Amino acid sequence: MYTAPFSYKRASNLTEALSLLQQNPEAKLLAGGHSLIPAMKLRLAAPPMLIDISKVAELRGIRREGEILVIGAMTTYRELETSELLKQHCPILPQAVQVVGDPMVRAKGTIGGSLAHADPAADLPAVMLALEARIKVQGPDGARVLEAEQFFTGMFSTALQEGEILTEVHIPIRPGARMAYAKFPHPASRYAVVGVAVVLDGNTVRAAVTGVGEHAMRLSKLEQALSGQALSAENITAACQGLLPADHLNHDLVASKEYRAHLVDVMAKRALMQAVGL
Amino acid sequence: MEKVRIKVVVNGVEHHSEVEPRLLLVHYLRESLGLTGTHVGCDTSQCGACVVHVDGQAVKSCTMFAVQADGASVTTIEGIGSMGKLHPVQEGFWEMHGLQCGFCTPGMIMAAIDLLNKNPQPSEEEIRHALEGNLCRCTGYHNIVRAVQYAANKMADTIRAAAD
Amino acid sequence: MAEKNFGKPMKRVEDPRFITGTASYTDDLKLPGMVHAAMVRSPYAHARIKGIDASKALAHPGVLAVITGQEMKDAGIKSIPTGWLHPGIKTPPHYAITFDKARHVGDIVAAVIAETRQIAEDAAQLVEVDYEPLPAVSLGSDALKPGAPAVHDDVPDNICFTWSIGDKAAVDAAFASAYKTVKLHLRNNRLVPNAMEPRASLAQYHPASDEYTLWTTSQNPHIHRLLIAAFIMGIPEHKLRVIAPDVGGGFGSKIYQYPEEIIVLYAAKKLGRPVKWTARRSESFVTDSHGRDHETVAEMAVDQNGKITAVRVETIANMGAYLTTFAPAVPTYLYGCLLAGPYTTPHIYCHVTAPFTHTTPVDAYRGAGRPEATYLLERLADVMAHELGMDPVEFRRKNLIPPEAFPYQTPVALQYDSGNYEANLNKALELVNYKALREQQEAARKQGRYMGIGVVTYIEACGLAPSALVGSLGAQAGQWESALVRVMPTGKVEVFTGTHSHGQGHETAFAQVVADELQIPVEDVVLVHGDTGRMPYGWGSYGSRSAPTGLSAIVLAARKIVDKAKKIAAHLLEAAPEDIVHEDGKFMVKGVPDKAKTFFDIALQAHLAHNYPADLEPGLEATHFYDPKNFVFPFGTHIAVVEVDPETGKIKLLRYLSVDDCGPVVNPLIAEGQVHGGIAQGLGQALLEEAVYDKEGQILSGNFLEYALPRADDMVQIEHDHTVTPCPHNPLGIKGIGEAGTIASTAAVANAVMDALRPFGIVHLDMPYTPEKVWRAIQHSRLAQAAD
Repeated sequence: MYTAPFSYKRASNLTEALSLLQQNPEAKLLAGGHSLIPAMKLRLAAPPMLIDISKVAELRGIRREGEILVIGAMTTYRELETSELLKQHCPILPQAVQVVGDPMVRAKGTIGGSLAHADPAADLPAVMLALEARIKVQGPDGARVLEAEQFFTGMFSTALQEGEILTEVHIPIRPGARMAYAKFPHPASRYAVVGVAVVLDGNTVRAAVTGVGEHAMRLSKLEQALSGQALSAENITAACQGLLPADHLNHDLVASKEYRAHLVDVMAKRALMQAVGL
Repeated sequence: MEKVRIKVVVNGVEHHSEVEPRLLLVHYLRESLGLTGTHVGCDTSQCGACVVHVDGQAVKSCTMFAVQADGASVTTIEGIGSMGKLHPVQEGFWEMHGLQCGFCTPGMIMAAIDLLNKNPQPSEEEIRHALEGNLCRCTGYHNIVRAVQYAANKMADTIRAAAD
Repeated sequence: MAEKNFGKPMKRVEDPRFITGTASYTDDLKLPGMVHAAMVRSPYAHARIKGIDASKALAHPGVLAVITGQEMKDAGIKSIPTGWLHPGIKTPPHYAITFDKARHVGDIVAAVIAETRQIAEDAAQLVEVDYEPLPAVSLGSDALKPGAPAVHDDVPDNICFTWSIGDKAAVDAAFASAYKTVKLHLRNNRLVPNAMEPRASLAQYHPASDEYTLWTTSQNPHIHRLLIAAFIMGIPEHKLRVIAPDVGGGFGSKIYQYPEEIIVLYAAKKLGRPVKWTARRSESFVTDSHGRDHETVAEMAVDQNGKITAVRVETIANMGAYLTTFAPAVPTYLYGCLLAGPYTTPHIYCHVTAPFTHTTPVDAYRGAGRPEATYLLERLADVMAHELGMDPVEFRRKNLIPPEAFPYQTPVALQYDSGNYEANLNKALELVNYKALREQQEAARKQGRYMGIGVVTYIEACGLAPSALVGSLGAQAGQWESALVRVMPTGKVEVFTGTHSHGQGHETAFAQVVADELQIPVEDVVLVHGDTGRMPYGWGSYGSRSAPTGLSAIVLAARKIVDKAKKIAAHLLEAAPEDIVHEDGKFMVKGVPDKAKTFFDIALQAHLAHNYPADLEPGLEATHFYDPKNFVFPFGTHIAVVEVDPETGKIKLLRYLSVDDCGPVVNPLIAEGQVHGGIAQGLGQALLEEAVYDKEGQILSGNFLEYALPRADDMVQIEHDHTVTPCPHNPLGIKGIGEAGTIASTAAVANAVMDALRPFGIVHLDMPYTPEKVWRAIQHSRLAQAAD
């Protein structure tokens, strides 16, 4: 119940955060803490130092820069849920976060924290992949921008290098795009057993799934099957069959790999139906 | 590990304390400040018995360190109302028998107040969804829903009366 | 005249402290000099303890002691006994801290005492235990296989006891000549009670008087005192005070004498400082006794008219690694004796084998044996009804015990005192509009939607218990209840009860009844419970006994007060006691209303004894010990409506209706609340909950991330009504209601799910009906149907 002891530093700006991280490579960043603190309480993580970045102003805010929505890493789920900008230009985000955790988790958990933690059953990674978002990170040598697809590399691991901080998420505005996230939650933890995000942008279908493997991934078979077509209940149903082979999927107490594979088909279908309004 | 100085306003009272960084906010409230109304019901951040308000938002105090609350304003169950001057949500729980053993109740009340702050006239479905992070083993949630509805109506009446 | 309080949905007098956060749960308590305990628990289900090296832990700053099982045994601390014995039962020792072997994940192997809880937990990780892991067994039937590893060396076959009831020969003959029979293999899934308040204990030793005080999360402090004093620690009983302060739910899990309570008492004396222990939730999962865990073969036989002629049951009831306080009673007398249900079945036989396994002990959990019996009976009834082509409601109706048959002697020992089952069933059917529901179901099926309706008619036996009867069956305790009603000089009243309220609202409901008996304002009555230092004796709250047994004692004590008050009034009014009536809150001469005395007048005079009958003792208090003549038998009908999503197997509860009969209802708000909570727990068992062990005895569902408790969005508003069939043998005619919800609801939801899956030809599935389990059953049946 008690975490291992650690020392605590609070960064007042990004430069200070980067500097602290560089001096203390074993330290972990504390954003909302709702992935990190539970892990520390179970003694699954025991960083010797926490660097609190919750007061770093540069990491907050949602704004539009031309055709890109820029979301600060410290934006909470609640802020994502209530953002008028997002409701207008990227409604899948406000929709998806409503099924993340509970209201208290949503008050503290952040987009940056969720993506950097890269829980294989987290919801936002699938949404980011389907949006083809870009993730900006800042390190001692400057900033770089990664494609979402490069970002998630394994279970709880990302392309973040030592000393780097995830600072912003960039989402291209796609006028007229239809999008939805369908989730089958774990009855106890409410994490995603399977979650599928779809973004329909003109004739292009982008889809991604979470909960089934080491990290969220694109559903290329589905994208190829439906891209360039007018979507109907019939072709959606036909395309959402056998999207992922069961063999290498996660297998646990709540869902075997075969059932998971089946749920991918069902959630993909439901996300698509929802997106097109059927 | 060296202690950290924090200043936290809890239920309107300013506290200056020196705490170990790993001290959870819930333990700071219960043990350092003696405010035992906020409870610990689990160790995986599921149950919601520990819910308090930090800077006006409902938060699980078992999933925050006290050091994170430095400079913040915290409201606990002890701070939202007292006998003779109950918050409408407290009153609703009493009138509608929204509690039995009482252990989940402080967290449930704080979560319900947070809901009504954001959504003053929630539907039954919205109430149930908003209480997803609060477990109760005694009531089956039936009277908890009624308690929140009672409070919503009472708060709406108060606003109407004030407007008149 | 003020209205009667009986039957009023009064809001609770206990609520103010809970809604303002000023209650006192055990973990809230703080004593000067208090230190903390953390337990070192075995991570293995079965292991020999070859050695314990506490040196690193002891070297940690702030650590005061590391206590081992050997140390406590050498100090004379004995084994924790069980409270119910069957002929031939094996009762291997159960030490608070085990010293030879760990027998389940979570078995305590050492206790660390330190200045703060953090230090105790940190240091507990530094205790090095040399374990030799051994093979383990977690399923009851596996423990009975030849060659299975023995949990206890002196019980090589793992059989704790076997038990049976009924006439096997008659039952076998009935099956042999039956028109139709049905057989089901049923698993009653193991559950973790998970009251919201984790268990906690705080012990203090007073050296000057050699006395102890123990605050603990208990449903029955007197039982703790008796067991600790007389059996385990040898403390003189009058030198141990056990207090159950505010307790956050029990559901049975806080009945038992647990190891941690012994450890903190021992440590408090050893260190001369108060010692507190509080469970972490993941500890609760491995240390609080679990519920259910039966493997059963259940059979039903009917004649050509659809009348049940026999029920035959064979059960393996998992006991876990040790016997906690109630365990042997649960899968026996609280189970086998309930297999008549509300039906006229003439021949019943039940045989139970109870093995030890390397798992957390299993004991009573809300309903304790009765949900298990109801579940199998109601599943058999539905399956049989379908076999016969009958509506499941009509099948039940045909077999219900008719109202003129009471008192009704079942073939399994119990004699039901009163009941009116068909009227109750009809009320439920009317309220739910059963005909319309079935039409709705038909229409849904045509649209490819799968709705299911589960109807359950149940009885239960509770209000524990007639002492001589349960004593003859193996109970090692009395089961009467006692009350002390004490009137103060100012007319205020304290009522002391041996029951304990941990959510059931006794402080309100009991005060309502006493206020009516004494004809005083309800605010003038206060209930005292949960403290052996204030209440001389009692047996606690479980088995829905507080109202039928506890409140009966209180009522009879209150009536003694009224009798004495009449005598005092007669003296004051210079009349004969026979001429005094008690009306409108006054004691008056019959027919002469202005010759009256108030309750206050009487109370004052009883304490002044100035103008007082010479042959009457002063004071105004009365004690009553009430031993019920029989159990009480609440009954009712529950109807659940669900829908199955065939694509995912997920089940949604659409409606739930219950019509329960617990006799006259003291406080409908409280009584209904009890049923609501029970229904949620039954739904939890049917759809969500299971304590899952792997074959090596590791608990896989050991915290709230894996074990799904029902949440607000799993439940619906419950439609509820009641019928009233008084119990003929207690003063108020009341029956218990605390467990009824759980007893019926598991079966109601189960039957609804199976009814929904009927079009797929699925006959039976075991709970919990997880989405994958349901989906696979549908897939399997589709393949089977396609192959035909």
